Amino acid sequence: MLRKFHSWSGLMAALLVVLLSITGAVLSVNPFLERTQAKVAGTSSISVAELTGKIASRYPGAEQIQRTPSGSIIVYFTADGQTGADLINPITGKTIGTYSTSPIMVWVKNLHRSYLLDTPGRVGAGIGAFLMLLLTFSGAFMLANRLGGWRHILRPLQGSFKQRLHCQVGRVAVLGLLLSASTGLYMSAVTFELIPPHQSAEPAFPENVKGGVPASVDTLPALKAISVTEIRELIYPYPQDQSDVYSITTDQGRGFIDQATGELLSYQPYGSKQNIYEFIYKLHTGEGLWWLGLLVGLSALTVPLMTWTGIQVWWSRKKSATTIKNNTAARLADTVILVGSESNSTWGFAKTLHDALHLAGYLVHTTAMNSLASNYPHAKRLFILTSTYGDGDAPASASQFMARLEKITDMRQFPVAVLGFGDRQFPQFCQFAKDVEAALTAKGWPQLLPLDTINRQSPQAYARWGEAISKVLDSELTLVHTPVHPRSSTLVLVERVDYGMEVQAPTSVLRFKTPKGYGKGLLSRLLGHFLRRSGLPHFEAGDLVGILAPGTSVPRFYSLASASKDGVLEICVRQHPGGLCSGFLHALSLGDIIEAFIQPNPSFRPAAGKAPIVLIGAGTGIGPLVGFIRNNKAHHPIHLYWGGRCPESDFLYEAELNIYLKDKRLTELIAVFSRVSERSYVQDKIIVDGAELRRLIEKDAQILVCGGRNMAGSVTAALNDIIAPLGIDVLTLKAQGRYREDVY
Amino acid sequence: MMKNLAMTLCLVSAALLCTQASAREIVLTTEMQNYGGDGAYLAIYLTNTEGQYQNTLWIAGQKSKYYKHLSGWARGSGLRNSEYDGLSGASVTSGKTLTVTFDLPDTYIDSGFQIRVDSAVEDMRDSRNDVVVPLTSEGAGKPVTGRSYVKAFTYSF
Repeated sequence: MLRKFHSWSGLMAALLVVLLSITGAVLSVNPFLERTQAKVAGTSSISVAELTGKIASRYPGAEQIQRTPSGSIIVYFTADGQTGADLINPITGKTIGTYSTSPIMVWVKNLHRSYLLDTPGRVGAGIGAFLMLLLTFSGAFMLANRLGGWRHILRPLQGSFKQRLHCQVGRVAVLGLLLSASTGLYMSAVTFELIPPHQSAEPAFPENVKGGVPASVDTLPALKAISVTEIRELIYPYPQDQSDVYSITTDQGRGFIDQATGELLSYQPYGSKQNIYEFIYKLHTGEGLWWLGLLVGLSALTVPLMTWTGIQVWWSRKKSATTIKNNTAARLADTVILVGSESNSTWGFAKTLHDALHLAGYLVHTTAMNSLASNYPHAKRLFILTSTYGDGDAPASASQFMARLEKITDMRQFPVAVLGFGDRQFPQFCQFAKDVEAALTAKGWPQLLPLDTINRQSPQAYARWGEAISKVLDSELTLVHTPVHPRSSTLVLVERVDYGMEVQAPTSVLRFKTPKGYGKGLLSRLLGHFLRRSGLPHFEAGDLVGILAPGTSVPRFYSLASASKDGVLEICVRQHPGGLCSGFLHALSLGDIIEAFIQPNPSFRPAAGKAPIVLIGAGTGIGPLVGFIRNNKAHHPIHLYWGGRCPESDFLYEAELNIYLKDKRLTELIAVFSRVSERSYVQDKIIVDGAELRRLIEKDAQILVCGGRNMAGSVTAALNDIIAPLGIDVLTLKAQGRYREDVY
Repeated sequence: MMKNLAMTLCLVSAALLCTQASAREIVLTTEMQNYGGDGAYLAIYLTNTEGQYQNTLWIAGQKSKYYKHLSGWARGSGLRNSEYDGLSGASVTSGKTLTVTFDLPDTYIDSGFQIRVDSAVEDMRDSRNDVVVPLTSEGAGKPVTGRSYVKAFTYSF
């Protein structure tokens, strides 16, 4: 709900707020520029009478003096029938230069407050400010939800690059944006008189002006009593009009001064409403608060970026939306599928199930969990496929499910199977699916199948679940889920290094490039040539490459050991007995081609910063870890723990790692082997080095683990023992984004 | 080419007409300088030879909270709503021309009365007596240059 609201108001507001923010950022520089020209130091002891006295000799035709909020003094005058305006040094009374308002700034200001459309435009700007405020609030709440509450608002971010950029920039700019949006909205409301008028009553024009011979301006007592730093405006009486007066506006109020006696007449101090208005005006414009102006201007500059990334995030979510064909109405269906999805990927799985059941002759109704009906008269079975959001919460399309389920009391019950989708890396793996299953069981719903879970959208696990359903339903179902992948690229094998034959663990490092003349249009090939690009799709070490072995429809994923900027796509693959894809890859000769696509895996890479990094892996798990080390050009301390079988046979990347040790990209290499006389596993070595590792973790070290599930489990257990004295455990580190796993 | 913002209206000023039988149509043309700011507020009004306020002819600019910047007129009229009721319109943008037409009793012409224009622009100076011109048959149709925002002011009948 919050997301839908945020997306739609964002799209509607995009143009309005981008214009507001860019023009606002330009205007925000003004107070600073003005401040740099103004002479303000040491002016507080100068009285207005002194200033006007100095000005009088230079400007006999002075008509008006103004002090801008930044402290510049401007004199408006007439000389030889022509009007002019000069900036004045208040200390010497000398001219600094001609004063003029920049027509460009006037234009930008009008664009900012009315889109150059006068009153209708001002309404638009007001709406823009209102939408900006809504967006800032809803965005902040979404971020808090996503990170598991306000207390965790500074936690590291997960998600794609654009999502993280959107959230990170928003997190930095939120206060500035709140300030400009709310003060802007207030000013808009003032313009349209939606809030009571703030202006104090005008002082009445004095009735009893003496009308004597004007005194010299520097002798007027009222002007002697006012400091230059207090005045805003002084308007001189019209020449030859002895009944006219000086009009004066200061920071505290307004009044008139008799030009003969110098008496202050009908002075009126500002009311509190005016003071409030002026304070808010100051906050919005930064006038007289140049540093705040610059800060708020900077945060306004983030708005175009936020809009762009926001639209991209929205678009990619929309693009990945799934349409269900042959959807039977709820009251006719014999089979119901309910979907709980945050990023739409669970819908893809539901569609596969829907299509398979439809093919087998079932009347299937598929809908979001939030659309749970109060009754399904003909239903005989219910499938619930759901992911989990954040810290065990319901995903977007299931946010109302529990409440609805609680409300519906008289529903006919039928057997249900719950399938959870999640990522074992996260502590609350499939927690929402577990909660749903528990809630149904508590209400007495019979079980069709026990709760099952799918880790990282594994098509293999999903196919296995399909087999279980086939058995229960006693009908042939094949759940081949092919997630919609990005267009695959053709790659050619250019290099392979083989290890481990002697220890029955044939493992190869394979390097691929884009073959010449393959894929992409002529233009992008030419561009690629120009820019010396490799032609590879963009990826980072730690991302996944999906490879389809010929004759299979389900891709296998391998962690990438290189980044696209290395100019080569590198993976480290062990041949599993009977493994289709690993067998295919191992049989490749130089020059053979494969079809592959990239699946970003942004949660598995070192976070930016100087904190030490501990990499832990076993076997082919070294792949992405080598990629991280290779790109450690900043020479952050990296400690690598790695376990193999035998140093003579399967010491993967041995030569490269030694180079990295020498050039300091790698600080320490701890390799252990299980088939030597002093056999040791990586988790054993971790326990031995416990004190050292604890010290690193105390220094904010981040830990990245890559390898098999068993090894990862043992490493977690070992580290839990090691850091127990610090009063934390691996879960704490995970929550802080300092413990990341890529486990298979 | 300068665009003309022509604002034409016929107004019947009760104060002017109640004692006078003969009146004639008078056209006021105010051409603005390219001063490069926001729309200007103008007060066009009649004074006697001593400069004492007599009547409001036209107020350009619709937000009365800014009227105090038209200081000569503001003082004379006391900013009383009744003085300019029905005699106001939009502010005049830089470089544009304001044209106002109304009926004026003959007795005001060649009798020492003056037409004055006060002007003000947001974030720029206020200009009292931007234009001061005696209302005479001789002066009709002859443009007068203003002091600050008004490039040329002409009355004709």
